[in-house]
Amino acid sequence: MTIEKTKDDNILKRLLHSQMIIPLAALLALVVFNLIADPSFFAITINQDSTGNSVLAGQLISILNNGSELAILAIGMTLVTAATGGQDISVGATIAVAGSAMLAVLCGGNMRPDTLAAPIIVAFLFGVVIAMVCGAFNGVMVAVFKVQPMVATLILYTAGRSIAAWINNNALPIIPTDSGFGIFGGFIPGVPIPTPVFIAIACFIVIFLVLKFTSLGLYVQSVGINEKAARLNGLNPTFIKWLTFVILGVCVAVAALIKVSRISTINYQTIAADIEMDAILAVALGGNALSGGKFNMGSSILGAYVIQFLTTTLYKFNVASAALPAYKAVVVIILVVLSAPIVRAKLSAIWKKIRSPKQAEVEAVK
Amino acid sequence: MKENHLVEMRGICKYFPGVKALQNVDFTLRPGEVHALMGENGAGKSTLIKVLTGVYEKDGGDIYLQGHDGAVSIKSPQDAQDVGIATVYQEITLCPNLTVAENMYIGRGHSKVANWKQMYTDADKILQNLGIPVSAKQQLGSCSIAMQQMVAIARAVDMDCKVLILDEPTSSLDESEVEKLFGMMRQLKDRGVGIIFVTHFLDQVYEICDRITVMRDGQLVGEYEIEKMPRVDLVAAMLGKQMDDMADIKGDYETYAGADADQMVYEATGLKSNAAVYPFDFHIKKGEVTGFTGLLGSGRSECVRAIFGADHVTGGSVKKSGKDVKISKPLDAMKQGIAYLPEDRKGDGIIGSLSVRENIILAAQVLRGFLKPFSKAETYKIADEYIKLLDIKTASADTPIASLSGGNQQKVILARWLFTHPDYLILDEPTRGIDIGTKVDIQKLVLQLASQGMSVTFISSELDEMIRTCSRLVVMRDRHVVGELTGSDLNQNKIMSTIAGGEAK
Amino acid sequence: MATLKLKRSEGAGKRAITDTNLLLTITIVVFAVMYIGAMLFLGRGFLRWQTFFNILNTNASLIITAIGLSIVMICGSIDISVGGVVGLVTMCCAVNLDYQGGSPVTALAIALGIGLAFGVVQGFLVAYLEIQPFIVTLAGMFFARGLTTIIHAEPFNVANEAFLALKDTRITIPFLGSVNNSGNFTAAYMEIGVAVALVLVVLAFVMLRWTSLGRSFYALGGNRQSALMLGINTKRSLFLAHLISGLLAGIAGYVYIMHSASGAVTNADGMEMNAIAASIIGGTMLSGGVGNIIGTFFGVLSLGTIQNIVSSAGFTDAWWAKITVAAMICLFLVIQSIVLARKKQTE
Repeated sequence: MTIEKTKDDNILKRLLHSQMIIPLAALLALVVFNLIADPSFFAITINQDSTGNSVLAGQLISILNNGSELAILAIGMTLVTAATGGQDISVGATIAVAGSAMLAVLCGGNMRPDTLAAPIIVAFLFGVVIAMVCGAFNGVMVAVFKVQPMVATLILYTAGRSIAAWINNNALPIIPTDSGFGIFGGFIPGVPIPTPVFIAIACFIVIFLVLKFTSLGLYVQSVGINEKAARLNGLNPTFIKWLTFVILGVCVAVAALIKVSRISTINYQTIAADIEMDAILAVALGGNALSGGKFNMGSSILGAYVIQFLTTTLYKFNVASAALPAYKAVVVIILVVLSAPIVRAKLSAIWKKIRSPKQAEVEAVK
Repeated sequence: MKENHLVEMRGICKYFPGVKALQNVDFTLRPGEVHALMGENGAGKSTLIKVLTGVYEKDGGDIYLQGHDGAVSIKSPQDAQDVGIATVYQEITLCPNLTVAENMYIGRGHSKVANWKQMYTDADKILQNLGIPVSAKQQLGSCSIAMQQMVAIARAVDMDCKVLILDEPTSSLDESEVEKLFGMMRQLKDRGVGIIFVTHFLDQVYEICDRITVMRDGQLVGEYEIEKMPRVDLVAAMLGKQMDDMADIKGDYETYAGADADQMVYEATGLKSNAAVYPFDFHIKKGEVTGFTGLLGSGRSECVRAIFGADHVTGGSVKKSGKDVKISKPLDAMKQGIAYLPEDRKGDGIIGSLSVRENIILAAQVLRGFLKPFSKAETYKIADEYIKLLDIKTASADTPIASLSGGNQQKVILARWLFTHPDYLILDEPTRGIDIGTKVDIQKLVLQLASQGMSVTFISSELDEMIRTCSRLVVMRDRHVVGELTGSDLNQNKIMSTIAGGEAK
Repeated sequence: MATLKLKRSEGAGKRAITDTNLLLTITIVVFAVMYIGAMLFLGRGFLRWQTFFNILNTNASLIITAIGLSIVMICGSIDISVGGVVGLVTMCCAVNLDYQGGSPVTALAIALGIGLAFGVVQGFLVAYLEIQPFIVTLAGMFFARGLTTIIHAEPFNVANEAFLALKDTRITIPFLGSVNNSGNFTAAYMEIGVAVALVLVVLAFVMLRWTSLGRSFYALGGNRQSALMLGINTKRSLFLAHLISGLLAGIAGYVYIMHSASGAVTNADGMEMNAIAASIIGGTMLSGGVGNIIGTFFGVLSLGTIQNIVSSAGFTDAWWAKITVAAMICLFLVIQSIVLARKKQTE
């Protein structure tokens, strides 16, 4: 690695040095693979949906559409990872909890309501509160009781789906299709682009505004890199760690809204199944250290879409959804092995050995 | 290698990223001697020992041992044990969750399944012989720190070693325990064991040691016979005399002479914290430069940490600019206009992978508030300003601070605190481990700031540095404030004799 | 002077109860209170010996995985792949027995092989490449779960006769049993799996208590740096701990299918959580260095009992069991955190 310290504004060069290069390279690999395997993967068509709207369809649209929840989760997961050096594995289960809570409010006790029992916004806000409480619980375990994040979140990971089922007494509330609830996971009449894409974009805008107009990013990174020094600079590491979990809670609630809206009901066992793995993978693929510290939000979000791209590609090759985790686990292991300090040190030593004769040649020519 | 040498270390070098921890250090140990290894913090004593015991791999030089042909290679603590080097480290390196006996025998590897009964009997016998009042079956964690340290010593003694290394083992022992330890050491000495003894207690050195090796800044200062080394000379060797390197700079700056020159900026009475220091009083006036001095472990850092609220403050009253205030955490102190540059730059100061720019604005940003971040353009402007002002050598404002040299990292931290515009600045060892040029820069800056009316508390292991900058020195020994020196008392001899205590005539 | 003397109080030296013993005592007391309470308030079922042995029969595989988990936790590491591995093993064994004409012996070989493979790979990644154990074993869990569905997605019952004979072998317990309404004495029984689990409990107990390998696990968890300084090969010990955990998960998978005799992707779903819960309830500290296999054994019994109580008390829905387990683990985590904080204060 010889990073030249010249002020080069060449965009390509700057990009090569940015951590965006990791998800971009992965994306490129997937694109090339699909181009060779079946170029029709990239076709975008205009279809009529069930209500007669003209909407865009195709694998790319489905990636953007289905990747929304993951990208939103990646926002919160990036912050939690940066501040605590650990990950929240309960996000899938808390999506079930928040989704179940929203449905409970919308149905108001009746599992097959003809009209909504409460405005959607009330249900959504209730879901947000519930998800934030879950996040706050995880945050207290991690920040106050100093339990390792993954173990602390294992509690809700296990109990979450049961709690979700318990909220609605294990019944399956079904929201009437004409209630307008379906638009959050479907289409707004007259708009050809799926609504989740807009919701995700709104979330990105919010987080970028937050990062720009508050010191959140600086605080979170400081705590994640050097907690002791952060404290001596007047920060409260406990509170900041806790806060990241609460923010993740909000992300979970938004993701839950999209998830339950997609099917206008809920399946407690399978809703957002294994999404925690994808969210962690998105953070890692975005080039962020899973041990915490510096983060790049844009890179994580891009990472999320790359994961979705991978998922869609695997689906296209008829991999069953239950088998997906096996493939992704392999990707995770490859990523963490390559980014392990020990492996890096070994690799760079080997790299030096390979390069040193060449360098000697270059110097000889000079 | 000479016949009568037990250990010979030649030209040992050890580098850490950005730091030359050991440069070409020689060290010899003879059989049957107690050899003191002395130097201030950061001098490289512990590094040298860790090289000898295989915790660190050396980057240069050779180690020879009696009875081994040619240089030996020690790559792990296990290797060191195998060639007969036993070590008691400064921090307790035992496992608190195991029993005393297990801690004495584990890792010395004999049979796979230990003979437990035998082990406990043996251990009890050794403990009894050494007069250590603990039971072999007790859980180590339930013993006092001192007893744990004695167990570590017992383990080392029992290993039938040729070389015994004691790295500051006495800091947690009381007098009678130290006596016991010295008794043990004398016995071992008679058996021909060579003992390397690291300590910062001068009395102990003169009581037990035969020779002294002094180190400073990762380099060898010299090797001396104990009889030919008076206390004051030893302190001088440890602290270093570099008077020739720098002229007197105090005269270059006028003392602050504003109308409020006598105003008390900070005043503490009976301040105490959960760190090991006795309650102390302290005050500083506007435009004054005071110093805390004393050897390592004397409590000088603990004092300023208590002032800043870095440790848990447990008592005492504090006045800031005449008003009663309560400082219980760093943010309280920052709000009162107090800034603190910590002793441990790497552990407490820098936020390693963040840029120089972010490191500079951090403290001021926290003071300014969560919802009012500096814009990116502002931060660049501020960073560039301070990079120029303090002459920080960095590729750009966006360079991660960890990739800067120690001196420049320190300047960044200094910039961070200056940018909070404090009226009371605390600098704890700002010049440790940095090059001489930067040291002078920092000293000059301190005087300049003071002449503009800032109050500064300055701590340094180097006496002349303190003399050059401070107008008043608080002297500490054994966690007590033992004196305050001003005016003509501010000279090397007086300070050293106050530090060394009554015995040094 | 008194304030600074580093706690030279006599009491400190005489504190007889170690952390391990303290947490173990809490566990046993909690279990005893729960079981006696159930006997008093929930009546007949809990008064029969067979109820107790049924808890063992259903939880034999959990006992085995929990042993492995306790060992890695004592080292200060963690292994959450165990549930996935157990699931994978049951599926592979079932497929082998039913579709490939396997015998109980070949199935056992497969079980051990899979467990060993996971243990070796995960141990290598954690110990020698120093990757966070949680990430490694989380990936291991997902890999195992995914692979299970790839191998066979539909649930089915094992019909291999030799294996069913093994499954139905019962070990009767002399003297313990109950007298039914007509006055006949029925002896209580346990399955082979329980015997295997009990043997492993004893082996693990002995290994942890009296062998140098076992003590190195404790040393590692107590203070990894110190362990290294004391001359212990820390990487090797950590590797072996993960290897043992993997191997035990393999055995647990075999015991699991000996009890259920079915291959299904939902087998051992969430077992990693139960195993962690059992270890934590049994007094194994997440931070490492403290733990006891006997405690883990009681941890499993406590879990089994509370699940039994919850369903006997009328909360028959499946979710209650999971919520109770999560609540218990949460409670015990907080207890540990307090114990730890108290210890730090006295240091």
